[in-house]
Amino acid sequence: MAVNSAELIEIINLIAHDIQENKDFLTELDSAIGDADHGINMSKGFKAVNEKISTMGDKDCGSILKTVGMTLVSTVGGASGPLYGTAFMRAGQAVGAKKELDFNDLPIILDAALEGIKMRGKAEKGEKTIIDALEPAVEVLKKSSPVDIKLMEEAVKAAKDGVEYTKGIIAKKGRASYLGERSIGHQDPGATSCYIMLAAVYKAIHDKNN
Amino acid sequence: MINIVKVKWGDALVGIVLVSHSKKMADGAKEIIEQVIRGKIKIEVAAGTSDNRLGTDVFLIEEKVMEVFDGDGVLIIPDLGSAVMSAEMAIESLEEPIKSKTQLADSPFFEGAISAAMEASFGKSLEEVKQAAENTRGMKKIA
Repeated sequence: MAVNSAELIEIINLIAHDIQENKDFLTELDSAIGDADHGINMSKGFKAVNEKISTMGDKDCGSILKTVGMTLVSTVGGASGPLYGTAFMRAGQAVGAKKELDFNDLPIILDAALEGIKMRGKAEKGEKTIIDALEPAVEVLKKSSPVDIKLMEEAVKAAKDGVEYTKGIIAKKGRASYLGERSIGHQDPGATSCYIMLAAVYKAIHDKNN
Repeated sequence: MINIVKVKWGDALVGIVLVSHSKKMADGAKEIIEQVIRGKIKIEVAAGTSDNRLGTDVFLIEEKVMEVFDGDGVLIIPDLGSAVMSAEMAIESLEEPIKSKTQLADSPFFEGAISAAMEASFGKSLEEVKQAAENTRGMKKIA
């Protein structure tokens, strides 16, 4: 599997599409425990991303990912802006000037993204955040090498399990933390959007391979 | 242009940026603060998104910090959540000499903002202005 700059843009557009499709669902999740804007914010952000990267087919993968991050931090509005923004910017730094990515770049990209989110949000696993979906996926991708589509499928499954896990825990970060124990029983919108993005990437790569 | 009148307590000119999800809230806070500051310091609002939703915007914060910077520093007062993270990102992406002279106050939004603005209007240093904001953390309103 190799993904060039134009294909990377297609994958990001697919993420944007799936975020768009799940806009109401994400907002609904956020209205239960947060400020009811996650779907709208993410959709606004990725719409802007869509436009911004459409002409970047001749740029390197690092620049494309960094542009995604920069766009998110100025258009999302909510906490997911600086969090996902930092994630994409760190991912961009990690791949640098490469014009083509392969499976083995995946753990590097997602690990950089995870570290970025942890730094920005000062959060760890178990606090009902994006990290509860992303960290298990990164752990799977790092456990064996070379990375292949099977391992990627397993990583997406781990992210999905991570989303399920957020239902049973208390929110420690963001607006949901004001709810304390009352946040139990609800799945975290951030973990959910993270899973949606990972699943979109998997789908794109899977379809390309077949 | 704001007409800046230097007062005798100090010579520093620290600017203040109010970062909030809501432009209405930050504008309202600024309005109350201006009543006592009367143009002695530069205070700006970086609040809401460019399409008028509730939220914060890293680039807008950066722009406002540069606008109020007069050489002695800028204190950012964030409301909560993304305001804190966006402000941190804005500071990271600023260039020197502004970057190392821009700080984030860990304080209640309005009480911190008005105390900081008062202190800044006396010509106090960035550290003193920040301290004034953070001293409001446990402030009692009712005796």
